[in-house]
Amino acid sequence: MPTTEEVRSDLAEIVNEVAGVPADDVQLDKSFADDLDVDSLSMVEIIYAAEEKFGVSIPDEEAKNLKTVGDAVAYIERAAS
Amino acid sequence: MSTLTLRPGAPASAILGVGGYRPRRVVTNAEICELIDSSDEWIRTRSGITERRWASEDETVKMMSIEAARKALGRAGIEPGQIDTVIVATVTHLHQTPAIATTIASELGATGAAAFDISAACAGFCYATAMADSFIRSGSSTYVLIVGVERLSDMTDKTDRSTAFIFADGAGAAVIGPSDTPGIGPVVWGSDGDQSHLIEQTQPWDKAMDGDNFPDGEPHWPMLRMEGNPVFKWASYTMAKTAAEAMDAAGVRPEDLDVFAPHQANMRITDAMFRALKLPSDVVVARDIARQGNTSAASIPLALEALIESGEVHSGQTCLIIGFGAGLVFAGQVILIP
Repeated sequence: MPTTEEVRSDLAEIVNEVAGVPADDVQLDKSFADDLDVDSLSMVEIIYAAEEKFGVSIPDEEAKNLKTVGDAVAYIERAAS
Repeated sequence: MSTLTLRPGAPASAILGVGGYRPRRVVTNAEICELIDSSDEWIRTRSGITERRWASEDETVKMMSIEAARKALGRAGIEPGQIDTVIVATVTHLHQTPAIATTIASELGATGAAAFDISAACAGFCYATAMADSFIRSGSSTYVLIVGVERLSDMTDKTDRSTAFIFADGAGAAVIGPSDTPGIGPVVWGSDGDQSHLIEQTQPWDKAMDGDNFPDGEPHWPMLRMEGNPVFKWASYTMAKTAAEAMDAAGVRPEDLDVFAPHQANMRITDAMFRALKLPSDVVVARDIARQGNTSAASIPLALEALIESGEVHSGQTCLIIGFGAGLVFAGQVILIP
């Protein structure tokens, strides 16, 4: 099982690739929309890339509840366990 | 039992020429924002669209089709009388019958050509390309005119901030004829009717005409409605897989591809597909959407025309085209630039 920090770090790389946000800014307490300026289409790309990277499924109705980086990391950890 | 004779077909087919018609009236993002709560910057970042064109009254489906077809015929060096089949792909020819293809054939001088319309939304041009290729190889047709044409502005809710800035009008045509070597690769196509609700006309015409179906008791013209994010995901990733299959089917590796001309749905979809397909950075990418908006069935031939006319691409280059849209329907193939 990857640690929370490992999941966050991998997710940060994805956010950086998709939306150009510096990976160091992608911290657990940050909101994708409000703090990182990730728009809804980039969010779709991030979710897709995360599904591929972590081998999990994140249905659309769950994806819209993932407001912060911490929400996403927690969801991925639960789904992968 | 009798044995029927079959007509010999051509060994292969190729696109011989493309032409487009772009309506006169340019509609800026500023004009769009007069009716929706949005901004030029928001529209550009979400779609890559800086302006689009909306048809005026005289720029009918028929008129735009004929203009585009004449250009395609001229560039192909084919006389209208040589055309024996006309296929028009459209979802915005509001006269349900007869098909607009018969009048277009007749007015162009393709007298007596087999002529019909198809409804395959934004995949219409690629569906028609596949049909033309098959007709020519089976001997049913020799020279086929295909037209993708839309007046999406007629069915766009100008106050819907999720779609008002996307849809636009125009026509694109291609002349397809016999060839000794393949100029059109195998089509990879299909549909996903489970997802038909993602892009649809709000209500059928019978419901639209009956005011009893609406709270205000008045008839309401039907509009196009789209669920943006699921469509974006499907188009960006599922369609990238379809596009990769189309390249595989034609025996074209990513490093052999010269041009990528997907349906101009949204620049963000084009970018996401390009990344998902891992295409080399020197592949020329059609970005006609920036000034043309999403013209559904017309977008691929319009984009091809722009690339050819600008000199960015040249004859014989390999080009991946893929159309995808309401249905959901999709079709992709590798073609050679005429």
